[in-house]
Amino acid sequence: MKFKTLSVIAAVALAIPTLGAADADDDKLVINGEIEVTTKVEPAAHLDGALSEVMSGWHFRNDDTQAMEMDDFDNPGMLGAEAGMEIWNTAAGTEGKSCADCHGDPAESMKGVKASYPKYDEKAGTLMTVQMKMNECRTERMGAEAWKYDAGSAINVEAMIASQSRGMPVNVAIDGPAAPFWEKGKEIYYTRYGQLELSCASCHELNYGNMIRADHLSQGQINGFPTYRLKNAKLNGVHSRFKGCIRDTRAHTFSPGSDEFIALELYVMSRGMGLGIEGPSVRN
Amino acid sequence: MKLTTMTLAAALVAGSAMAEGVVAPQDVKFNEDGGVDMSLTGKPGNPEEGFKVYSSKKLGNCIACHMIASVDAPFPGNVGPELTGVGDRWDEAQLRGILVNSKMTFEGTVMPGYYKVDGFIRPGNAYTGKAADDSFGPLLSAEQIEDVVAYLSTLKE
Ligand code: HEC
Ligand code: HEC
Repeated sequence: MKFKTLSVIAAVALAIPTLGAADADDDKLVINGEIEVTTKVEPAAHLDGALSEVMSGWHFRNDDTQAMEMDDFDNPGMLGAEAGMEIWNTAAGTEGKSCADCHGDPAESMKGVKASYPKYDEKAGTLMTVQMKMNECRTERMGAEAWKYDAGSAINVEAMIASQSRGMPVNVAIDGPAAPFWEKGKEIYYTRYGQLELSCASCHELNYGNMIRADHLSQGQINGFPTYRLKNAKLNGVHSRFKGCIRDTRAHTFSPGSDEFIALELYVMSRGMGLGIEGPSVRN
Repeated sequence: MKLTTMTLAAALVAGSAMAEGVVAPQDVKFNEDGGVDMSLTGKPGNPEEGFKVYSSKKLGNCIACHMIASVDAPFPGNVGPELTGVGDRWDEAQLRGILVNSKMTFEGTVMPGYYKVDGFIRPGNAYTGKAADDSFGPLLSAEQIEDVVAYLSTLKE
């Protein structure tokens, strides 16, 4: 006799509300006593019932880690955002221009940007992430070299840009020209990679709320990126996180900045539609 | 997007010669319930060694997903069911089948197959993130599988 997964999935789904109630807490995320961040929302229609409630990874972390994100002085990720602000204001490249020379105050020009990316770019004719847009400015308008994906300066400036959207709901376009990228990302999300044959969904859809060894599994949402991780004591980009998770399935990973991860970023971002932007967030 | 599935069985056979009387991963025969009747080594396993494989992060790492009431291991997971009394629920053949390739018993399960070498998508070289090479083999050896089967069989209530 074979046991069908359906019954297993049902059993897991039934187990989640109890565990969830105990573990994914009901705390409210308010940053600096003023920025209210939505951390639980109704799933978007395109999730087709895959999740009963969409939750930020913040809910799956312990109280101390949660508290660090609630005050900019305690959030080590804000140091990266500050470094990013300095880079924003500093001229670079052969044109002798800074980001600020064209975009002014990021509190105005960059507000909402992080919430709407990755985005299909008409001119480039492809889907672009925030980091790709930053590099487009550097190479095409500043005469500067592209930054390495998910590394130092790119992550610090992305953190600063993300911080301008804190509290704003994730709202990415997945239709029209973005649709094929979204479909590709979805396919990757459900592919069981590596020798352990695990997909993103194996851990973050079927088992969020459960423990995998010492790790409390979240839904793997990316509204909080870049994320300051206590584990490696630095800001981490979305693609680096994807890479780490795929590596943990004993698979041959994709690289940060690859077409696969750009598509996956759009798809995972769309799973968190409506969650508030938290970047730079704090996780373990 | 194109996904390539590498067949590594050939590499495995070339890389590590099977000891006499040991069933190679690609030769394992499953019964209709997804169990494996024959011992993979032709010998009984050692339950103490089996416990080591079960609990060691470097070997089976079963505790990443399972707990056993009588075992006080740090950080047991709960992705899989509790294995307390599992020796009453399943006979040896079925336990062996679950270890070799759990998907033959539980269709679509998230539990990995521990004595399996092909059919993977982008298999890697352990946890390096790089592509698999000639050193690729099953997660556990035939002997280790038999040891874990012997250990699980002792778990009776
Ligand atoms: C073997 C289990 C496993 C698989 C498979 C897996 N992850 Fe994860 N992932 C984890 C663990 C453990 C964590 C850390 C705890 C948490 O936040 O869930 C994590 C964290 C994350 C985070 C950080 C969430 C936050 O709030 O900061 C993201 C994003 C993520 N995973 C995305 C993915 C994607 C996308 C895939 C597939 C490409 C994937 N994961 C596959 C185990 C896994
Ligand atoms: C990534 C998670 C994961 C790992 C690692 C894992 N298992 Fe499992 N295991 C499961 C799940 C989930 C099930 C339930 C089967 C199903 O319905 O999907 C299961 C079922 C079982 C069962 C049947 C239990 C019962 O009560 O019916 C046994 C026995 C078992 N596992 C043993 C092991 C052993 C031994 C190891 C290590 C060598 C191991 N598992 C590693 C997830 C895991």
